[in-house]
Amino acid sequence: MELTGAEIVVRSLADEGVRHVFGYPGGAALHIYDALYKQDRVQHILARHEQGATHAADGYARATGLVGVVLVTSGPGVTNAVTGLATAHMDSIPMVLVAGQVPTHLIGDDAFQEVDTVGVTRPCVKHNFLVKDVADLAVTIKKAFFIASTGRPGPVVIDVPKDVTANSTKYSYPKSVKMRSYAPVRKGNRKQIKRAVELLLNAERPIIYTGGGVIQGGAEKELTKTVQALGYPCTNTLMGLGGFPASDPLFIGMLGMHGTYESNMAMYECDVMLAVGARFDDRVTGDLKKFSPTARIIHVDADPTSIGKNVRVEVPIVGEAKEVLADMNALIPDNGKRSNGEAIEKWWQRIKEWQGLKSLNYDRDSELIKPQFVIEKLFEVTGGDAFITSDVGQHQMWAAQFYHFDQPRRWINSGGLGTMGFGLPAAMGVQIAHPEATVACVTGEASVMMCIQELSTCKQYDLPIKIVNLNNRYMGMVRQWQEFFYDRRYSHSYMDALPDFVHLAESFGHTGICVEKPSEVEDALREMFGRKDQLVFMDFITDQTENVYPMIAAGAGHNEMHLQPLSDGKTPQAREVA
Amino acid sequence: MAALFSARGYNIESLTVAPTEDDTLSRMTIVTVGSDQIIEQITKQLNKLIDVVRVIDLTDGPHIERELLLAKVVAKDRSREEVKRLVDIFRGRIIDVTNTTYIIELTGPGDKLNAFVESLGEIQIMEVVRSGVSGIARGDKALRS
Repeated sequence: MELTGAEIVVRSLADEGVRHVFGYPGGAALHIYDALYKQDRVQHILARHEQGATHAADGYARATGLVGVVLVTSGPGVTNAVTGLATAHMDSIPMVLVAGQVPTHLIGDDAFQEVDTVGVTRPCVKHNFLVKDVADLAVTIKKAFFIASTGRPGPVVIDVPKDVTANSTKYSYPKSVKMRSYAPVRKGNRKQIKRAVELLLNAERPIIYTGGGVIQGGAEKELTKTVQALGYPCTNTLMGLGGFPASDPLFIGMLGMHGTYESNMAMYECDVMLAVGARFDDRVTGDLKKFSPTARIIHVDADPTSIGKNVRVEVPIVGEAKEVLADMNALIPDNGKRSNGEAIEKWWQRIKEWQGLKSLNYDRDSELIKPQFVIEKLFEVTGGDAFITSDVGQHQMWAAQFYHFDQPRRWINSGGLGTMGFGLPAAMGVQIAHPEATVACVTGEASVMMCIQELSTCKQYDLPIKIVNLNNRYMGMVRQWQEFFYDRRYSHSYMDALPDFVHLAESFGHTGICVEKPSEVEDALREMFGRKDQLVFMDFITDQTENVYPMIAAGAGHNEMHLQPLSDGKTPQAREVA
Repeated sequence: MAALFSARGYNIESLTVAPTEDDTLSRMTIVTVGSDQIIEQITKQLNKLIDVVRVIDLTDGPHIERELLLAKVVAKDRSREEVKRLVDIFRGRIIDVTNTTYIIELTGPGDKLNAFVESLGEIQIMEVVRSGVSGIARGDKALRS
């Protein structure tokens, strides 16, 4: 059967099992949009900006583990999508973006809406293709999904010139595809796994540090088994939250720049570190020279380039977290009595001392709404069972610290690239994937403005997202850095002409509610989540001066944390020492 | 490939690329400098590129490096003879002659070409073009997928 290139794109997506595509039409993509119109296997979600479409597909992918799919036109369609691609790339999110392109005979001509898509996207995708012959189209799409979803996942771009979408050829969608230059390793090396387990069983001050690789690799069950069998402390990166249940007593909180005191101190003092699906990012390690000075490091990662990139690793294991952890679990004996039992007990005592500092404490008697309080109540009201997306900044850190994730894929945020504007469109993708689920977007008044147009998409598709806007009238994290490191010169971090968010939400056909008193917070949240079928934009007017603690300044070590100052002006560390 | 080097802040001294006997493959020789850790990262990063079939570090074992140099120099009066003599010493060839210039062709490892350019001394160089290094492992080891 002969199909046009446009029909092949749509049929291939359907045959790949794709049910939702996020996009925005335009000239070079019109054949494809026409083919979409004539079928009903693939549903298209019309965003209001290509960045929104890309983040939505990203949120969809993070919430489901499926490949997020985006369709845009050439030129500005692609450049608008670049932020979304880079966001997905940094966090290793599987995504396929199909872009229209000017006809092949016009490529390089500075034609209308032409941009060198392959050149522009190359540094922020896992791979990209320009399809010049309709005969290559189906197999290229198959390859794109294969590359996007295997190994260390990531976004793949397929650039399709308009004449290629018009030409016809015989269609058959390949069942599988083999590439001689791409064969991701799944199983870890047996010898190395044995060495790792031996090292772990003989540890005296061990820590298990895991990241987004556990979530993306679906390794949460295996990890939970490893941690519980060993009885060792587990910390998660920002991307790894939910990979190990936050309610488990073995969990000691997030680590890194705004991690808990106990996590960072345990990282600093550990003697054996098991790192799984984490990449020793600068926000996690701080100053590399001061990083875990006594640790012997085991590093499990699907991507060999992540291993040994920033820190020296004693036992490198290339492989998928799920496979490697399962193999490790088989070697860990069940019985509770171990030669290192006494040392581990001592280690836990030390950790409990650090926990006693209560590094996530904040002023609970304030007359102003404390943002931490809103997140605590959000956790309570939703029973810890919501999908939480966030934007970037202080609110993101508070959400990560105060919403305790027991399951993977519930915490959806832009960790690597730190993309403001991510939260709302990502929540759309989550809600499309899980229409019955509770989806909340924790955001701030600066971030949410960056993709506010997507409120219109939410209206069109009846997406009852709950927006928790922590409105402090500042770019909070910028303001915090300016307070700490720039002598309180608040250069351009104040939002001077904010909209009335209640009316803004209403003008898009949603419900807007403003909350100004701490005593109203809980009832307001209950009301919001009671309105099951509505998008509610809840504008919490919060304390402008609140800062995120603990904090490790950029370039400092894990043992150099700043904690929330106490009412007597002393820091908790100073007290401990005194 | 070059974009990868600039994006990750690696040095690139030379890069040569041409088709091979297998028309689905090109072969590239990259000359770069860095600590062992950086070279390991570069190797891994190159391997990670989807289109790259295989990466080897030739300096891990005995290997041969060759580079082609073409130089246009002023050759008149006394220097004409001297240039000819130098070219012979370095086992190069003069491949183009005018009344006042020579074009010299010379192949060898990079340091030999450097030595030649240095030894030209007073002789006026009009242009030098170098191909960058191509490398191959000695013995029966072959770069095959």
